Amino acid sequence: MSWIDIGHINDIPLRGARVVKTPVGCIALFRTAENEVFAASDRCPHKGGPLSEGIVHGQSVTCPLHNWVFDLNSGKAQGADEGQIATYPVQLDGDRILLDSTSLGQRSAA
Amino acid sequence: MKQKLVVIGAGMASGRVLEHLTDAAPDAFDITLFNAEPRGNYNRIMLSPVLAGDQTYEEIVTHDDAWYAERGITCRFGEKVVKIDRELKVVEGENGHVPYDKLIFGTGSNPFMIPMPGHDLDGVIAYRDLEDTQQMMGMGAGNKVVVIGGGLLGLEAAAGMAARGADVTVVHIMGHLMERQLDPAAGYLLKKSLEEKGITVLLNAKSTKIAGKNGKARALLLDDGTELPCDLLVMAVGIRPNTALAQDTGLAVGRGIHVDDQMITSDADIYAVGECVEHQGEVFGLVAPLYDQAKVLAQTLLGEEAAFKQRSLSTKLKVTGCDLFSAGDFAEGETREDIVFRDPARGVYKRLVLEDDKLVGAVMYGDTGDSNWFFGLIRDGEDVSEMRETLIFGPAYQGGGSADPLSAVAALPPEAEICGCNGVCKSDITAAIEGGAEDLGAIRATTKASASCGTCTGLVEQLLQVTLGDDFQMPIAQPICGCCDLTHEDVRRLIKSQELKSQEAVWQELGWKTLNGCHVCRPAVNFYLLADWPVEYQDDPQSRFVNERKHANIQKDGTFSVVPRMWGGITNPAELRAIADAAEKYDVPTVKVTGGQRIDLLGVKGSDLPYIWSDLNKAGLVSGHAYSKGLRTVKTCVGTDHCRFGTQDSTGLGVKLEKILWGSWTPHKLKLAVSGCPRNCAEATCKDIGVVCVDSGYQISIGGAAGMDVKETELLVQVPTEDEAIEVVMAITQAYREGGKYLDRLYKWMVKVGLDWIKETVVDDLDNRRALVERFELSQSIYRKDPWAEQAKEAPRFAPLADLTLEAAE
Repeated sequence: MSWIDIGHINDIPLRGARVVKTPVGCIALFRTAENEVFAASDRCPHKGGPLSEGIVHGQSVTCPLHNWVFDLNSGKAQGADEGQIATYPVQLDGDRILLDSTSLGQRSAA
Repeated sequence: MKQKLVVIGAGMASGRVLEHLTDAAPDAFDITLFNAEPRGNYNRIMLSPVLAGDQTYEEIVTHDDAWYAERGITCRFGEKVVKIDRELKVVEGENGHVPYDKLIFGTGSNPFMIPMPGHDLDGVIAYRDLEDTQQMMGMGAGNKVVVIGGGLLGLEAAAGMAARGADVTVVHIMGHLMERQLDPAAGYLLKKSLEEKGITVLLNAKSTKIAGKNGKARALLLDDGTELPCDLLVMAVGIRPNTALAQDTGLAVGRGIHVDDQMITSDADIYAVGECVEHQGEVFGLVAPLYDQAKVLAQTLLGEEAAFKQRSLSTKLKVTGCDLFSAGDFAEGETREDIVFRDPARGVYKRLVLEDDKLVGAVMYGDTGDSNWFFGLIRDGEDVSEMRETLIFGPAYQGGGSADPLSAVAALPPEAEICGCNGVCKSDITAAIEGGAEDLGAIRATTKASASCGTCTGLVEQLLQVTLGDDFQMPIAQPICGCCDLTHEDVRRLIKSQELKSQEAVWQELGWKTLNGCHVCRPAVNFYLLADWPVEYQDDPQSRFVNERKHANIQKDGTFSVVPRMWGGITNPAELRAIADAAEKYDVPTVKVTGGQRIDLLGVKGSDLPYIWSDLNKAGLVSGHAYSKGLRTVKTCVGTDHCRFGTQDSTGLGVKLEKILWGSWTPHKLKLAVSGCPRNCAEATCKDIGVVCVDSGYQISIGGAAGMDVKETELLVQVPTEDEAIEVVMAITQAYREGGKYLDRLYKWMVKVGLDWIKETVVDDLDNRRALVERFELSQSIYRKDPWAEQAKEAPRFAPLADLTLEAAE
């Protein structure tokens, strides 16, 4: 794994998200109320809604277009909807957010 | 051979005896009915609605001429009984004798008149019969009325006359109103509600004298020297059993006519029933025991075994539109503890008094929905220690987290009393339902339940639902979402009453099951908090749907639409030029004119938003809030400026309204329009709030919509001036903000609270109207500003946090 510094945790609003452009497409970084950070595809598998614009609650996000709810741990759609978003390794080093470039790169190569 | 039965007094108790008798044995008696009032039996409890103008006398008649004729009852109405000869068994009326085998006294009670100087003047009346009521109905604007007595009757009289416009003062000798039924806190709330209706209430006030002029009452004097001028003085200080005739007849009389358990007086052929009797030292004024007596008496006359038993009583009353309930003993004591729930905003007060783990008393004001359940606990002396924590929230909160109010009804035992007025228990009603009574009307017709005072209507409906299941449709309260067990309404109430001013407080105090809600409840809670605590609570963008967070409407491809505000639909070349420039600069693919009289720029990239806003801001354009659950636009026509039909400056008013209301958050979107004449070119009558100008002023109507539902507005009020129109619109907006359920358009809120309630509290109650306007202004001091200008400063937030595509390519 090769960790790269993406930014400060306060760059993401509490219970909000920001987008990172990567070779595999836009990835949303979510920050929960508990200051956990999750990385997942910004694109809802349903109609392509930007998940980074959704409401973050608990460890879930709700798509702003049609209210699909995804668990940020597994990337699985919750409730009656069936779908999956890709999730990516992310870690916090103090206040710094680190993404694993190899996982992004590998995906791009694949 | 038929027995001769004579009944003296056609009141509610004796009327009920006649019903039972003629139903059970139509041919057993030859009945003669005397009544001093020139009419038959009517529902005296309902005189207050007659006074208030909600019902007519015809509607409260229990037995009409046809009823008596059908049952072969000889009526001698308007005729007093002069004398009774017990040896010859003859009743002597003013117009002749009637022999009897059995005689019933149903002489009722007389109002007690305080024998103070002047009590016999003209213009001093009691509140007892239709004549009194009619005299009170003559009081209107410009009349001054004093009511002595702060009990139920006095307050009903006061409220009825105040509703007719009279200037009413209630004089009460005790320290709080209805002291026999209410504790001081509930009495305080009641006083406040009366004062809001414009009634003056004087407590601890001792009347000394009624001053007269030309034989007519002029003023009431109090012992502190206060003089209260009056055109009419109503004494409503209590009733006394009417025993004069019984005494003359030689029957045993104490406070009332003595009767035994079979309602037999000291003469074996003479019975008494109703307010005139005394049974085991008690006299009676509420309708429930009177109906019990009537049933016993009818059975006795038919030779059946029956005995009247006094029951512990609860009082459930409706005074001037306020629900009250009290039962048991609610005095304070060292061994007693209180559980109190208050909701100041809704005017709800509930107090339970516990002693030795038992509920011994309860007082409720404003919300009496669960009163039957509490009354059952008091009556049965049940141990409540296990549910003490949640007791005050009522049966829905007991046992296994069942939030279904129906389960409480389902759990009632068959003998549980549903209708206190008519003594109808649950099994009577379920039997009626099984017998084919499938709606409220049928239940009333077959069992009489909810047919008197009507306060048990909700309970009867719930029973219908429990018994019939899906065949009976009744809306039930739903929790907001899976995160909690509370309805929107409950959450709103609790946020106000418990003064919850942060999301954390709401999650904690209201028992949220999730960490911080979900996309359903959190926007609702965010709105409730900012609407109720505009100063203390900080709006949380992360609890808003993307449109309100981004201040633009998200489109299906993830781009946004940008709509600058055009006040009242008015624009100018400079603004249009700025819009055109922005459209070109940011490659806006679609420029569209909206239905709200402005221009929509569709297809703006999210990252461009702060820049296009900044450009538009420079030309003086601000956010149009085309995305918000808040004020959208005020659509106008050209009014008197250009139109040959215009009656007022509709454009000017529209602009003013939009400048006052913009930026305010409401439960759902809020659209207004102002039309300059009834031709209504601005389509004001399908807006949430519409103003139609007419020659004599401004017609304000509310509750329109043209979306999933198409609704025409209903007229709220017509006001003469523009200033007043603005005030009413602000007040109605604030009332909707404070009371509406999140995502209910104004018309849905209106259906729930009722247009009449809105008229009463928002329009007619000037103090409340002003208070609403003040609260609206306070909130607007924070929210009446352009979010675009603020957000434009945060431009970096709209860009990606990082761009790894370049690095990866290297």
